[in-house]
Amino acid sequence: MFPRLHFAVCFTAVLGPTLVHTLCPDTADGYKVRLSIKTALGDDAYKWDESEMFLFRATLAFAMRKYNQKPYEVSDVLVCNETQRVSFWFVVTDPENTSELISGKDVERAVRISRNRINNAFLLTDETLEFLNIPPTLAVPAESGTPPWLIVFGVVIGVVGVGIIALLISSFIQKRRKKGVTEGEEEDCEEEACDKGNGVSHPVEEGADGVNRGFVGDIPFTKL
Amino acid sequence: MMKSLSHGSLPSLCEERAKWDNKIQYLLTCIGFAVGLGNVWRFPYLCQTYGGGAFLIPYLIALVFEGLPLLYLELAIGQKLRKGSIGVWNTISPYLGGVGVASMIVSFLVSLFYNTLLAWVLWYFFHSFEEPLPWKECPFESVTGTDINCEDSTPVNYFWYRKTLNITANIETNGPLQWQIILCLATAWAIVYICFIRGIETIGKAVYITATFPYLVLTIFLIRALTLPGATSGLMYLFTPEVSPTLKNPKVWLDAATQIFFSLSLAFGGLIAFSSYNPPKNNCEMDALLVGCINSATSLYASIPIFSILGFKAHSDSNNCQYRNILALTNEFDIGDQNITLENYDNWLKDLNGTYADRVARLDLKDCNIESFLEQSASGTGLAFIVFTEAVIEMPGSQVWAVLFFIMLFSLGLSSMFGNLEGVLTPLLDLNMVPKWMPKELFTGLLCVVSFTVALIFTMGSGNYWLEIFNSYVGSVPLLVIAFFEIIAVAYIYGIRRFSCDIEEMTGSKPNIFWQACWTVVSPLMLLVVFVAYVVIQAMEHPTYPAWNPEYVDFPMTEDQPYPDWVFAICVLLSTLPCIPIPIVALYKFIQFTVQKSRREHPGQNPYENDGYLSDL
Repeated sequence: MFPRLHFAVCFTAVLGPTLVHTLCPDTADGYKVRLSIKTALGDDAYKWDESEMFLFRATLAFAMRKYNQKPYEVSDVLVCNETQRVSFWFVVTDPENTSELISGKDVERAVRISRNRINNAFLLTDETLEFLNIPPTLAVPAESGTPPWLIVFGVVIGVVGVGIIALLISSFIQKRRKKGVTEGEEEDCEEEACDKGNGVSHPVEEGADGVNRGFVGDIPFTKL
Repeated sequence: MMKSLSHGSLPSLCEERAKWDNKIQYLLTCIGFAVGLGNVWRFPYLCQTYGGGAFLIPYLIALVFEGLPLLYLELAIGQKLRKGSIGVWNTISPYLGGVGVASMIVSFLVSLFYNTLLAWVLWYFFHSFEEPLPWKECPFESVTGTDINCEDSTPVNYFWYRKTLNITANIETNGPLQWQIILCLATAWAIVYICFIRGIETIGKAVYITATFPYLVLTIFLIRALTLPGATSGLMYLFTPEVSPTLKNPKVWLDAATQIFFSLSLAFGGLIAFSSYNPPKNNCEMDALLVGCINSATSLYASIPIFSILGFKAHSDSNNCQYRNILALTNEFDIGDQNITLENYDNWLKDLNGTYADRVARLDLKDCNIESFLEQSASGTGLAFIVFTEAVIEMPGSQVWAVLFFIMLFSLGLSSMFGNLEGVLTPLLDLNMVPKWMPKELFTGLLCVVSFTVALIFTMGSGNYWLEIFNSYVGSVPLLVIAFFEIIAVAYIYGIRRFSCDIEEMTGSKPNIFWQACWTVVSPLMLLVVFVAYVVIQAMEHPTYPAWNPEYVDFPMTEDQPYPDWVFAICVLLSTLPCIPIPIVALYKFIQFTVQKSRREHPGQNPYENDGYLSDL
């Protein structure tokens, strides 16, 4: 069934080859596992060998024990169709009745509960240690009291608000001060050539030829 | 006579016209007004669409023959007549007062949607402090996992369309007001108010930062961007000129002309207002050349980091695409992990295709050509909020770059907002529409509050669609019309001779033949051609807009929907409403004139008769 590229390595269980053949890979109750060790660890990648496989079976037995407290053993986890990828199928047998398989649903739930522990045993993550058809258990996000953006918003609007109030107060004070001064300056002002027509802020200059340039521009405009 | 003039016509005793503290403030304000968001997110896009370096040719021609003359004209006329836009055109001829009103209306409408853009920039800025960046991954909504819209589309798209805008499926569905955007809009208007509170007095101080900070950030980005992998491919793609296809396409010339025009913020009345606060003897020719050239130089300078970063993004997208292909092959054929690499991928593919062609075909491997990624360009909000945010995720130290980028965008937009609002405030002040008892601070505050309230339209679910309408229809045709009338008014009604004398008085020398030729012939002609071409091209097809509709068949792609008729009517209204005052005011003044004329010609009327005493007789 599998092409030549794969070398199907069937790991013989203690129970004998015949049982392994019939039980694994039972696609209803079995799951395919895929590891990407080099992707996850780069130069620190370890080699996948029999001891690592033993650890996997032990970890899975641990997960099953955590799930329904039955006395699972390493021998209850059957593995087959191991490839170079590294990928393989596994099934779990009932410790009380070794010819019965634990249903896929139970296995899935067990894996999901202990997923973090399984990942950490191999220094891998949800992406690099994949159980096909078992969705990763997403960690519940840390509940933060206020969303962080509201904090930044609060700071900015607070600073701006304070600034606006400060400016308004300072201009109010300035106006008060100017009102007191301008009453005395009324006399001087009328002599200064403040003429709004051109909005010139300094006394109208006389050009070199003595013509008052303040009115030069205005004359043509007076006719409608 | 001097005394009575000053006594009667001054609002308060001896109130002088405001003025700039120094020349630098004035120049920075004008540069800040001209250099805006468009320099960063529209010019690079145009450059890329029209074959890179070749686009510069029509662009520079438009700058020299259309942009600079108009800019010089506006600065000179404002400085000479020392009034805002309404006052200036009224002074030249009372029939032309409508041009100033039109400028004011356009400035107001533009400031409404422009500040909404800044509100969105602020929203992204606030979120740039989060770890990880919220647009990096699909957010964990509930027990069910992530939102399906996010899974189908990308986290970046999802964050923009769903989390930020909460956009509706089409423009007819209004959707509720988004409180989070309202908060950001309020902040944006508050910041604008604090800078604008006393008119140019406070603007002049604010521009020291808002006009110079973007250059600092652009330089930082330039250095960072050039060191990213893939930057050179982006730059080469941008600047490789395709001269002949570009120059033969009329749309290129049209886009170049309109880009220069809107980039320099002409016809808003803001430039006239700014130069009206200048001392009368000021070299406005130098100012115009400086502002115009710095604006174009900034556009060019900004496109370098933008395109380096886009090149980097295309490079990393292409790599990710290849990694996905590699993973698909590895998993399908159970090949050892990391045995297939980017380098030997092609060999592996050839081998596998030879022996298992059907299985390989079933994998649906994508073509990861870097060119196809480079071609996915975007402009406007798409560039800033989708493309750039996606690029920033891949850069190490994402938060820093995101924060810097959004502060830069904000200060670019803020300095342009000053010009927009000044184009509204100064005419109102000059028309004495401000009651005497109202201090300037209160008036500017009122203006900001009114603008904020009207701009709440853009915070609805369909707000983005409306913003695009305002952007395309208000910020285009009316400005061309206004500019055309401006130049005709100065060149023919005011008189080019008189204008030249005024300039000689202000700068010390008459404008040379180039300027005079432009003002009288070249620029009006160019404007007319651009205007007609623009209207023709718009009228040729029923406009459509890209709608983000999760129900759409090709979902992650936006759906091209046509505008419904009532919306299209609003579009036309937005284009014509600002232009209507021009004929209306002319008509009104004409009627007034004929009525007065007929009254004067009435026989037996004593010219010395003072009607004020009629009741006494």
